[in-house]
Amino acid sequence: MSAGNGHQATMRLKLRIWRQAGPDEPGSFLDVDAHDIPEDCSFLEMLDIVNERLMDDDIEPVTFAHDCREGICGTCGVMINGRPHGPEKATATCQLHMRKFRDGDEIVIEPFRAASFPVIKDLMVDRRAFDRIIESGGFISAPTGTAPDANEIPVPKDVADFAMDAAACIGCGACVAACPNSAAQLFTAAKLGHLNVLPQGQPERWRRAEAMVETMESFFGSCTNHGECTEACPKEISLDFIAVLNRDYLKAKVKNRRLASQT
Amino acid sequence: MSVALDARIPDGPIAEKWDNHKFSVKLVNPANKRRFKILVVGTGLAGASAAASLAELGYKVEAFTFHDSPRRAHSIAAQGGINAAKNYRNDGDSVYRLFYDTVKGGDYRSREANVYRLSQVSLNIIDQCAAQGVPFAREYGGLLANRSFGGAQVSRTFYARGQTGQQLLLGAYQAMASQIAAGGVTLHNRTDVLDIVVKDGEAVGIVTRDLLTGEVRAHSGHAVVLATGGYGNVYYLSTNAMNCNVTAAWRAHRRGAAFANPCYTQIHPTCIPASDEFQSKLTLMSESLRNDGRIWVPRNSDDARAAADIGDADRYYFLEEKYPAFGNLVPRDVASRNAKTVVDQGLGVGPLRNGVYLDFADVIARDGESVVREKYGNLLDMYERITGEDPYRSPMRIYPATHYTMGGLWVDYNLMTNVPGLYALGECNFSDHGANRLGASALMQGLADGYFVLPYTIGDYLAPKLGAAPVPTDDPAFAAAVAEVDDRTRGWLAKRGTKSVDHYHRELGKIVWEYCGMARNRTGLEKALSEIPALREEFRANVKVLGSADTTNQSLEQVNRVDDFMEMAELKVRDALHREESCGGHFREEHQTPEGEALRDDENFSYVAAWDWQGPDQPQELVKEPLEFENVKLTQRSYK
Repeated sequence: MSAGNGHQATMRLKLRIWRQAGPDEPGSFLDVDAHDIPEDCSFLEMLDIVNERLMDDDIEPVTFAHDCREGICGTCGVMINGRPHGPEKATATCQLHMRKFRDGDEIVIEPFRAASFPVIKDLMVDRRAFDRIIESGGFISAPTGTAPDANEIPVPKDVADFAMDAAACIGCGACVAACPNSAAQLFTAAKLGHLNVLPQGQPERWRRAEAMVETMESFFGSCTNHGECTEACPKEISLDFIAVLNRDYLKAKVKNRRLASQT
Repeated sequence: MSVALDARIPDGPIAEKWDNHKFSVKLVNPANKRRFKILVVGTGLAGASAAASLAELGYKVEAFTFHDSPRRAHSIAAQGGINAAKNYRNDGDSVYRLFYDTVKGGDYRSREANVYRLSQVSLNIIDQCAAQGVPFAREYGGLLANRSFGGAQVSRTFYARGQTGQQLLLGAYQAMASQIAAGGVTLHNRTDVLDIVVKDGEAVGIVTRDLLTGEVRAHSGHAVVLATGGYGNVYYLSTNAMNCNVTAAWRAHRRGAAFANPCYTQIHPTCIPASDEFQSKLTLMSESLRNDGRIWVPRNSDDARAAADIGDADRYYFLEEKYPAFGNLVPRDVASRNAKTVVDQGLGVGPLRNGVYLDFADVIARDGESVVREKYGNLLDMYERITGEDPYRSPMRIYPATHYTMGGLWVDYNLMTNVPGLYALGECNFSDHGANRLGASALMQGLADGYFVLPYTIGDYLAPKLGAAPVPTDDPAFAAAVAEVDDRTRGWLAKRGTKSVDHYHRELGKIVWEYCGMARNRTGLEKALSEIPALREEFRANVKVLGSADTTNQSLEQVNRVDDFMEMAELKVRDALHREESCGGHFREEHQTPEGEALRDDENFSYVAAWDWQGPDQPQELVKEPLEFENVKLTQRSYK
C-alpha cells in the first residue's frame, strides 16, 4: 500500500528471466537481483526498471512484447512462475501489479511455450498462426457500402451479449500457452462464437466453422477438455464457446457435404 | 519558398458539397483498379478500413504495421463509443446537429465542409459495422442502444460495453483479413516505416525496416496512405500505447508535407493519476463514467477524512457548481482545466494530491450496484487492478492526461497532403476536430476516412496515372532514401553514450507537459524552446543503444521514434507560442475570460496553422489556411 506521504513501499525479488538470442539459438536463464521495486508498479514496469539497470551494466535489455499496457491490445504475455500472465485471475501481464507478490519472492519469467508460437527473442514469440485462422473465415463478408440500415437487423439482447462475451478475446495466446496440448480451441471458439450466433453471421456460418477449425488444426494441437485455457484467459472467455465450436464444426461437416453433393 | 495550400473544398451549399464532389471526382474503372498499387501505412481503424475497402474495390493494397498483428493497433483501446447522427432516440439529432456540435466543440477551428461530410457518413459507418457483426449494445427488442457522451445533449453514441474501439477495430481487421485471404491485401507485419519517398514532387513509395531482421528496403506504389495515429507520446506519459509514434508522419513532413496545428492536444479528463517515477503510461477511464459519476474535491485542503466521511456541505462539486446546464458532462478541455485548477489550488486528493474524486456512491444508491456493474464493470475492475482500491466502496481518483492529438498532417478535402499522392487518415491528419475533439468522435473519423472518404477521393489522383508503372525501387530516389535510413539507424549504435532512450524520452515529456500541456504561457513556451534543442543535442550525442541492427532490437526501434519526437516537440511549442489566443485544447493563460474560460481571437487566428519544412537547420515556415464559417455562427462556447 502507498504510505500516504508520497513514499512507497519497495520490494526485493529474485528473478529468473529466460534469454534467447534468436529463434534457433539456445536459451538460458539470467538471474537478476531486483531490488527497490515499487509495490505500485506494474509487472512490465518492473521489467522496465530491470532493463534500465541491465543497460547501465552494458547488458542488452530483455526483449518482451508489450504495447497498450491496459490489458486490451493482447500484445504482452509471458509465463510467470509457469502460468500465462501470472497469478492473478482475469489479468493480462501488463495489468498485473507487483503488490500481488511478496518481498523476497522468486519469479521465473519465460516466453509462452507452444510449437506454433516460435520464440523470436527472449520473451517475445510469434503468434501469426492466429491471424491465419482469422483469415480463413473469421469475418462476416460485408463489403463497404453494402450494408442495410443498422436497425434492419435486430439482434436479441441476449444474443448480442453472448456474442460480446466471445468477442472480448484479445488474441494474446495465453490459452495456447496454458494448454498441455498447445491447442487453440478457445481462441478459435471465441471468434466462431461471436460470429456464428449473430444473424449477420448466418450465411457463412458453416463455411466459417469448417475453415477456421481446419486451419486451426493445421497449426495447433488437439483439445482434450482440460480447461486450462479458460483459467488462464485474461478475459475469462468461457469453455461454452468450445462447445459451440464443436457443435458447429460437426454440423458444418454434414451440411457442407450435403451442399456439395447438391451441385 | 513556401507551399501554397489549396483545401479544394467543393462549391455549393454545405449539405450538397460531398454529393457534388463525389460526382465530380475522376473514376477508375473496375477493371483498371487492379493496375494500381496503394501502400497503406498503419492498420488501426483508419488504415484497416481503408485497406479493406480499397481492396474490395479492386486496388492492389500493401499494408504495413509495426505490430505482430494488425489487431494490436491502438484504436483497440478506445472505450466509450462512436457517434452517429441516426436519431434513433427520437431526441432531435440530425446530421446538421452533429455537424454543429462538432464544429462548436472544436472551438471553431475546423473546416466546416469536412465536418459536415463526417457527420453525413456517420450514418453509413454504423450500418457498415453492424453488418460486419460488431456486437453493439442492444435494447431488449433487438434494436441498437445509445447513450449520451461527454459534451452532447442527445444520445447518439453507439457502444459495445466499454470496448467499442476493440470491437470496431476487430471488425475492420476482419474485413482486411478477408481481403488478405482473397489476395487483395498483402500484409507486412513487424515492419516499421522510416521514410516516405518523393520523386518529382509526388509520393512514390516508402522505406521500411523489418523489425525481426533489421533489413531496410524500399516499397513502391502509385499512392501512399498514412494512417499512423497521433503524436501524444511526445509527452512520454499519455494514454497512448507505448509504441505509438509520430515517425511516419514526421518523415513525411520532412519530405514536404505540411504539419498543421501541432499545438492542439487533447487532455482527457478521466485518467488514473500517476503513482510513481517509473510510471510508463497513463490509463484512461472512459468518460462515459462522467454520465453517472460525480466529480468533486474536498472544499478544505487540509480535510484528511476518508471520502465517504466527508459530508455534502464539505464537498466541492466544481463542475456541477460552475456549469449547471452541463455539469459533469462539459467537454473534455473544460473538464480537464477545471480539474487542474482545483489541484493547483491544493485541493487534490490521493497520496500525491494529484487527483480529483469521481464518485459513484449516488448512482449505486439510486440504481444499485448491479446496474453500475453492468454498465461500467470492466472499467471499474481495471481501476481496481491498477490502484488496488475498490471503486464500488470509495470514489475513484482521476486526473487529466494526454489522450488525443487534433493536429497532424495537413490534408485537403480529398485527405491528400500537399505532397501529391500522399494521403493522411484518422488521427494522423488534422482535419475534423479543430482545437478540441468531442468524445466518441475519433472512432467515427477514423472509420469515415477509411471506409467512406478515401475510397471515393483517391481515384481523382490515380485516374490520370492509368498505364504508368510505379517508380521502380532501383530508382536513385529510393536508393538514396534506403541508404539514409540505414545510416541513421546504424548510427545510433555507434554513439556509445551513457543514458537510455527512455531516459531522454522521459526528460522530453517533462518539458512538453510542463510548458505545453493543459495551460501554456509565453514565458514557459520560450523556456521550452531553449530546453528542447539542448536536450535533443545531448540525446543525439549521448544516447546509449546496445545490441545489433540486424536482429530484433527494441531500443533501436524506439530511438528513431524519440529522435523524431525531439524535433516534433519543438514545432509543437513554436505553434503554441505563435497562437496568441486560447481555443479548445490550446489554453494560453494570457488569453482568458474573466471567468477563466478560453478566449479566442477570431479576427486574427481563425486559420489552420500549417508548417512547411525548410530543412534541418531552418525553422519551418508558417502557411495559413483561412477558415471560413458560412453555416455555424462563431460564439464564445458556454456550457453554463
